[in-house]
Amino acid sequence: MDKDELVFIFRDPLRCSGCRRCEIACSIHHEGRIWPEASRIRVFMLVPGVDIPHLCAQCGDYPCVSACPVKALSVNEDTGAVVVDREKCIGCGQCIKACPGNIPFLHPGDGKATICDLCGGSPECVKVCQEAGFDALMLIRPGREPFFRKAFKRVFAQTPEELTRDVALNLFGEKAEELI
Amino acid sequence: MSRGYAGKFLEVDLSSGNIKETTFSDEILKNYVGGRGLAAKILWDRLGDRWEHVDPLGPENLFLALTGPLTGIYPGSRICISGKSPQCNGIIGSTVSGEFPVELKCAGYDGIIVSGRAEKPAYILVTDDHAEIRNATHIWGKEAMETIRILTREVRGLLESKKVNAGLVRQPGIIYCGPAGEKKVRTAAVLQKIAHAAGYGGYGAVMGSKNLKAIVAKGSKPLPEVANPETVKILWREIDKKYCDKERLQSLCGTGYAGYTVGAELSSEPVRNWQEEWHDEKGFGGPKFDYRYWVKRFWSDFNCANSCMKLAVIKAGPYKGTFTDDPDYEMQAYLGPNLGIFDPEKCIYLSALMDSLGFSGINGGNTLAFAAELYQRGVLTKEDLGFELKWGDVEAFEKLARKIVRREGVGDILAEGTYRAALKISEIKGIDVTKYAVHVKGVEVGAHGTRSGLDFRPIAYACSPQAGDHTSGVYDAYSDMWMVFADSAVFCSFVGDRKLVWEYYRAVTGWDVSEDEWNRILGHRIIHIQRAALLLGGPDIFWDPMFDDDNPPRFYEPLPTGPYKGKTTDRKAFEEMKKQYYEAIGWDENGIPKSEVLKKLGLQDVGKALEKLRKK
Repeated sequence: MDKDELVFIFRDPLRCSGCRRCEIACSIHHEGRIWPEASRIRVFMLVPGVDIPHLCAQCGDYPCVSACPVKALSVNEDTGAVVVDREKCIGCGQCIKACPGNIPFLHPGDGKATICDLCGGSPECVKVCQEAGFDALMLIRPGREPFFRKAFKRVFAQTPEELTRDVALNLFGEKAEELI
Repeated sequence: MSRGYAGKFLEVDLSSGNIKETTFSDEILKNYVGGRGLAAKILWDRLGDRWEHVDPLGPENLFLALTGPLTGIYPGSRICISGKSPQCNGIIGSTVSGEFPVELKCAGYDGIIVSGRAEKPAYILVTDDHAEIRNATHIWGKEAMETIRILTREVRGLLESKKVNAGLVRQPGIIYCGPAGEKKVRTAAVLQKIAHAAGYGGYGAVMGSKNLKAIVAKGSKPLPEVANPETVKILWREIDKKYCDKERLQSLCGTGYAGYTVGAELSSEPVRNWQEEWHDEKGFGGPKFDYRYWVKRFWSDFNCANSCMKLAVIKAGPYKGTFTDDPDYEMQAYLGPNLGIFDPEKCIYLSALMDSLGFSGINGGNTLAFAAELYQRGVLTKEDLGFELKWGDVEAFEKLARKIVRREGVGDILAEGTYRAALKISEIKGIDVTKYAVHVKGVEVGAHGTRSGLDFRPIAYACSPQAGDHTSGVYDAYSDMWMVFADSAVFCSFVGDRKLVWEYYRAVTGWDVSEDEWNRILGHRIIHIQRAALLLGGPDIFWDPMFDDDNPPRFYEPLPTGPYKGKTTDRKAFEEMKKQYYEAIGWDENGIPKSEVLKKLGLQDVGKALEKLRKK
């Protein structure tokens, strides 16, 4: 399938309440229990009131995949998600460095690279966010605005610091500079 | 091991620098759960035999920060702060929402017990199965935002340097005291994030007395295992569905619309130090806060299914750059109408200021209003204060708040809280001003009156084991058992579904505890211990139930304005309710828990300690 025709999780930090129920849903799905630091989506709150949902944006060029020295990372053909082969991964952190948003992290349990797998196309985090009516996470389904999608995704891989600055400026105005 | 618990507690002695881990038996945990209940148990076991001699602001007092088995797992995570209260000299379980308790549990600890006093300002850093005492000289004296900023940066940097390739470390959870706590102001709160305060009890002052600026936690482990994961998963979604409803007023408005509605509809909102309880200032209505200042209309803490918090920012004008929460109803009332302020912008400014300085906005706000009434009556003068203190004058109230934090002149007296200040000022001025002190047993009451008969019941504060705390008001012998449970299992009562929560509790802990058993036995034990500590009191003030199980004098004055003009708390009905409550809960006619009731509950030692009161 054309990569631009895959699902995408649109994230809107301006709508994020910071409830972090996405992390609970994610970790229950992947780990069988509530484990915020193992959740593939992590909400950063570097400044009180500024909540940044942070998760893989599936860049078109997948710099993390090319950076992996042991070829532990690959792209799932059906979903476009980055898949980590936990047998192969050596926990070197190269994928984190390569990511423009430093989004991946080493799992606090097994020390292997941990990246959002889109739950196979039906992400749990989106479900709970939608259920709550926050819409900070939304699922952009295949076939919608295909032209923009590629470039669109690329701008989403940003560091939490960068995003925090932007959102803080939006919320607090010029005061934001003192807070960051 | 008990499910829902991380399995161990930290004991930190700041005097010696010793840190050790401790555990409590399943039996104790099952009976006292966590939070408020376990705090009562720990405090009683360790200080009960000399309670009246323990100075709440001395090194012998304990500072407790305890989670419960539902914390983080049930929606709405909170931490319960306790110790011997410098306000009422009893035990208050004061809870505050935020992520600190989740980080603590993920680090492997259910709570922290702090004793002693550090020689120099210190903070405690808790990481996975580890804790250390660190220097806090550089943040001593810092206000809220600066404290959070420095600690977040410092701890993230430290943890990232320990695991170089592991990726970005997120923000830690922080509880801290502001400058007011450092100066042992008895109305000082323990805070989380900004504007999240454990206000009742004065535990910010206890932190300050221990030279403890903050406790920071960052855990990377999972939350504790639960007994029945499948049931918890289903119930978690059930509660979400119930509370995650954008059409619910609580989600939409929080309590941030109540600064108008409680006054206008219920006539139970403090106005000018409770001289009135009614106002019809539509300019102080929710939409004025909402449309002008709320930049974030849904603001939650970990696992919250409600989002009653809102983020308010003032973007223009003299108070530009101010930000805080909604403010919620209590802040709106106490830092609004109760100071003669009916302008949302000024209320937001003062609310942000009080939080930033580390005050409890309710308790500290009450003291500001008390001082303003004394100024109105000519008891406190411009010479005493150094400035005029007129109703509605925000600048003057700011000056006074800062004077209290510096403990300068009359500020030093007011730093002792409303009641203690009233005693002192009565002594200095030679006139009784205690009748203007709106408190119950040293705790400035919440912003809900009893006079109109539409809001709090007459005995709500008077018989509460947490004195003036509005979150634990008493109606009958079983009514506040619910709050005792919420404060002990430690979750937010705003998302507490009274039916599902018991199923949830059983699924998390695996204990077969019913609501009925809680209401009749377990909850009562906690109340009796709290009551005993409150009555033993000391060392500076002792309460006599005959006089002090009562409302503030003001609550018996007729309402002077509004649709319920002339109404007041019915003294006869109050006495009747009080009598019924004593009987139902098992206290004798003097308000002392009966020996046979205590014996039946296995609290013989509490009974023994109360013998000296019976003889009086």
